[in-house]
Amino acid sequence: MSLLALEGLSVSLGGRRVVDGVSLAVAPGDFVGLIGPNGAGKSTLMRAALGLLPAAGGRRLGGEDVARLSPPERARRAAWLPQEREIAWPVSVQTLVGLGRAPWRRPGAAFSEADRAAVADAMARADVARFADRPATALSGGERARVLIARALAQAAPLVMADEPAAGLDPAHQIALMETFSALAAEGRGVVASMHDLGLAARWCGRLALLDAGRLVAFGPPAEVLTEARLAAVYGVRCRLDWIEGAPSVTPLGRTAKDAPATLELSGPAAPGGS
Amino acid sequence: MSGRAVLAALAALVAALFALSLTTGPAGLGAWEGLRALALGADGGDAAAALVMRELRLPRAILGLAVGATLGLSGAALQGYLRNPLAEPGLIGASAGATLGAVLTIHTGLAAAFALALPLAGLGGALVAVAAVTALAGGERPSGGGALTLILAGVAVTSLMAALTSLALNLSPNPFAAVEIVFWMLGSLTDRSMLHVQLALPFMALGWALLATLGRGLDALTLGEDAAASIGTNLARLRLCAVLGTAASVGAATSVSGAIGFVGLVAPHLMRPLVGAQPSRLLPAAALAGAALVLAADVAVRLIAPERDLKLGVVTALIGAPFFLWLVWRARERLT
Repeated sequence: MSLLALEGLSVSLGGRRVVDGVSLAVAPGDFVGLIGPNGAGKSTLMRAALGLLPAAGGRRLGGEDVARLSPPERARRAAWLPQEREIAWPVSVQTLVGLGRAPWRRPGAAFSEADRAAVADAMARADVARFADRPATALSGGERARVLIARALAQAAPLVMADEPAAGLDPAHQIALMETFSALAAEGRGVVASMHDLGLAARWCGRLALLDAGRLVAFGPPAEVLTEARLAAVYGVRCRLDWIEGAPSVTPLGRTAKDAPATLELSGPAAPGGS
Repeated sequence: MSGRAVLAALAALVAALFALSLTTGPAGLGAWEGLRALALGADGGDAAAALVMRELRLPRAILGLAVGATLGLSGAALQGYLRNPLAEPGLIGASAGATLGAVLTIHTGLAAAFALALPLAGLGGALVAVAAVTALAGGERPSGGGALTLILAGVAVTSLMAALTSLALNLSPNPFAAVEIVFWMLGSLTDRSMLHVQLALPFMALGWALLATLGRGLDALTLGEDAAASIGTNLARLRLCAVLGTAASVGAATSVSGAIGFVGLVAPHLMRPLVGAQPSRLLPAAALAGAALVLAADVAVRLIAPERDLKLGVVTALIGAPFFLWLVWRARERLT
C-alpha cells in the first residue's frame, strides 16, 4: 500500500493553475526528491497532498482519501515541515520538539514514556539534543532549522514531507539530514523533500520528481531524470553530469545562451574567471 | 519555579487581594468586623455592616476578580492565537462594541430609566461588533491569512464603533449626560450590585470555558498556521473558540466595568517568562495575574483618593503604560 498516492492532482490559486494534473505514488522505503525551478509548484503540490489546500483530483494518505481524514488522523499519517521556519515564542527546544507528539496524545495528558523516547530520538537524529533546554528563538538559523526537523521527526509518521529542509544548513548538516532521511526510508518510512541543490538530490534521493510549471515532467531514478537536455529545458542552465563515488553528480555551469545577459557574451574570454 | 508553584503563588496572591478588597472602603468597618458581617449577614447583629459587605463590597470584589481574570485570559489567548505580543482583548471589537452599546443607553436616558439597560446593551453591542468582525474576516480557509484578516477586520470594526461612540458623545443631549458618558468610559467598579454580577458572570464563565480549550492549539500555533494544521490542529475551530470566548467574556466584562486598559496586554507579558513562554501554560497564569492586577488597582483607587472617585481604568493605564514601556525597554536590551 502506498503512503501517498496522487492521481491527476490539480490546484488553482488566485485563478491560476499552480499544479496541473500530477500523478505519483510514494511507497514505504521511498526517498523522493521534489525538484524544479522557483514557482514550479513544489510547495503547493506538497501542501495540497497533505490536505492543507483545496485541490481537484485524487489524493490518498495511507490509502485513505485526505478529505475524509480528521486533522489528527492526517497528522498520524504524514508529518509536514514547511519552508517558513516560524517559532513564535521563546519556548525551550525540548518543548518545541515535543509539539510533534500532539497527534498521539490525548488532550491534557502528560507525556508518556513513548512520547519521551520519540522526542529524545528525534533530537538525537537532528543533532539538537545539546540545546534541549535553550529557548528555540535564541538559536542560529541553521540550528532552528534542525530543531524544526526534529519536531517533524518526533511526529513518527510513516510519511515525512519537507519543504526545502536542507536550505540554510552547513554541508555537514546537509549530509547528516540526507543520511537521516535515507535511514527513515531504510526503516520502511517514506520521505518527500523539495530541494534546490541538485547535487544533494542526485546523490541521496532514491527517486526524483521534476516539476515544471505545475506539471510533473519526469519521475524516476536520478540518473534517468537528470539529463543535460532536460535540465536545459526546465531550468535554463547548462550542467555537467558525472558519476562520482557511485552516484550521479550535477554541476551547473551557466545559463543557457538564450537567457544569458548580452554583456557577459560580449566580454568573452577576457572576463574574470572566463574559460 | 515549576508551573504548579507559579500558579499556587498567584492563587494565594489573588485570594489575599480579594480579602483586601472586601475589607477596604469608606464605611469604616474593621477587617474582622466586616468579614464577620459578610459571613453571618444580619444575624451577626450589625445589619448595616452586613448590607455594606454583601451588597457593595462583595459584588465589587467578585467583579474585580472576574473582570481581571477575563482581561488576562483573553489577552493571553489572543496573543497566542495571533502570535503577536501586542494583541490585547480590545482587538477584535468586543470592548468597543460593548462601550458603544452602553454609551447609547446613557445618551438616550435608558440607563437612568432601567438599571440593567446599560450592561444589557453593552452585551448586545459586543455581540454585534464580534459578529461583524467574523463576517468581515471571511469564510474559513484550511490555512493561511486567517490571523491577519482577523486583525484587520478587528481594527476596522473597532474604529467604526469608536467613531459612533464619539458621535453619541458629540451629540449628547446635555452636559450631565456627556460627563456621565465620559466617566463611564473611564472604567470603574464602584457601586456595582449583585445584579451586575448575576448578569455578567455567566457570560464571562462561558467565555473562560471556551478560551480554556485553546491551550493545545495555541501551543501548536507556535510553529505557524501551516505546521499547526499538519500536527492535527483544527484551525477553524480554534479561531471560532478564540473569537467567541473573547467576545463573551470581554463583552460582559466591559458591560459592567467600562474599558479597563493595559491589564490584558501586561498580564501575559508579566507571566510569559515564568511559564517558559508556552501559550497553554500562560493561559491560567495570565488569568490569575489579571485578577490580581485589577483587584490591586481597585484597592489602590479606594486608598489613594477615597473622596475623589478615582476611576479604575485611569489607574490601570497610569500604572500599566510606564510598566509596559519598561518591559519593552528590557526586551530591547535582551535582543540587541
